[in-house]
Amino acid sequence: MNILEFTGVIAVGSFVAGFLGSITGLGGGVVIVPLLALALGVDIRYAIGASLVSVIATSSGAAAAYVKEGFSNVRIGIFLEIATSAGALGGAFLATRLPVTVIGVIFGVVLLYSAYHAMSAKSEHAASAQSPDPLAVRLQMDAAYPGDHGLVAYHVHRVPMGFGLMAIAGILSGLLGIGSGAVKVIAMDQIMGIPFKVSTATSNFMIGVTAAASAGVYLSRGYIDPGLAMPVMLGVLVGSTVGARFLSTARTPLLRKIFTGVISILALEMIYNSLSGKL
Amino acid sequence: MEPESGSLATEKMDIIIGNLLRAGVILSGAIVFIGGLVYLFRHGAEAPAYHVFHGEPSDLRGVPGILHDVVAFRGRGIIQLGLLLLIATPVARVAYLIYAFVLQKDRLYAAVALLVLLLLAYGLSGGRA
Repeated sequence: MNILEFTGVIAVGSFVAGFLGSITGLGGGVVIVPLLALALGVDIRYAIGASLVSVIATSSGAAAAYVKEGFSNVRIGIFLEIATSAGALGGAFLATRLPVTVIGVIFGVVLLYSAYHAMSAKSEHAASAQSPDPLAVRLQMDAAYPGDHGLVAYHVHRVPMGFGLMAIAGILSGLLGIGSGAVKVIAMDQIMGIPFKVSTATSNFMIGVTAAASAGVYLSRGYIDPGLAMPVMLGVLVGSTVGARFLSTARTPLLRKIFTGVISILALEMIYNSLSGKL
Repeated sequence: MEPESGSLATEKMDIIIGNLLRAGVILSGAIVFIGGLVYLFRHGAEAPAYHVFHGEPSDLRGVPGILHDVVAFRGRGIIQLGLLLLIATPVARVAYLIYAFVLQKDRLYAAVALLVLLLLAYGLSGGRA
C-alpha cells in the first residue's frame, strides 16, 4: 500500500466514522484511534494526534447549527471550560509520559464505558422544577431554552461536582484524543440537572476548546502528522456534516445499536492488543 | 426567572460566535485539502511509515517552521498551517467571549474567559513555562 492508497483508505474510514458518530450522537473520535491503531497499524500516539484534530473540526463545524437553535449556554460552557482545559493540558502531559500499552488499556475501558452508556441512554427528562441553587445563581447559570410551547426556564445545581467531573473529561480528552462528549453530558445532564438538549449543545460547544488545549501540546511535541491528520480531518468533517443532514430526517435506533456493538468489539480488541504487546 | 438583561445581546453574540467557528473550519479545511493535494502529488507513490513512532521533524512543530515550509510550498507544511488555523478557531472564540463579556460589563465572566484563554495559550506554547 503506498501513501495515496493509505490516505484513501483512511479518508473513507474517517468519513464513515464521522457519519455514524454524528447520526448516533456518539461522536466520530472514539473509533478513529482504534481504526488507525488496530486496522492500519499506526502508532497510537500519531493516531491520537490525528483524532484530536478531527474532534476540533466536528465540534466547531457543528457549533454554528447548535448556536442558532438557542440551546447552548455560553456561561455554563466557558465556566466549566476552566476545568476541561486544565484537565486536557494534564492529560496531554500524561500522554507523553505513560507507556503506549497503558494508554491502550485506558482507551479500551473508556470505549467500553461509552458503549455501555449509549445502550442505557435514557429519554430526555423534563426541566427540573427545583428551587435555585445559590452558587449557580451567583454565577448567572440559570437560563431558558426554546421548548415546544415557548421558553422553558431551568435551574443549575451541584456546580462543584459538575466542575470536578469536567476536569476528568478534560484529562481523558487530552490523554486519548477524544471529545469525551459522553462524560461532559453526564456532568451537565445528570449531575448539574441541566436539560438534556442544553447539555448536548453546550457539550459540543466545549469539546473544541478542550481539544484545542491539548492539541497545542501534541503539535509542539511532534505527535500531529500532517499526512495522517489530513485524511482524518477531512473525512470526519465531511462525514459528520452529511450525518447532521440525515439527523433531522431519521432517528435510527438500529444503526445506534450496530455502532455501539462495533465500539464494544474495538474496545475489547484494544485492551487485548495492548496487554499482549501488539499495539 | 431568567436574567433578561442582555439576553438579546447574548443571542446576537452566540450567532457571531457560531459563524466565526464555521468560517474558521471551512477555511482550514480548504487549506488542508490544498496541502493534501500537493503532498499526495509529490509523495503519493511512497510507502507510509506510521508503524514506528519518530515524532515530527522540528519544522512541523511550531509556527515559524510551519510558515517557512508554507513559503517553500511543501505539502506537509501547508496541511500543518490548516491544522494550526483549525486549532486557533476555538481559541478565537474564547478571545471573542472576553470582548463580548466586557461589552456586557460582566467582569466575572470576562475574567473566567481570560483564564481559559491563558490555559489555551499555555498549551499552544508547548506547555513550557
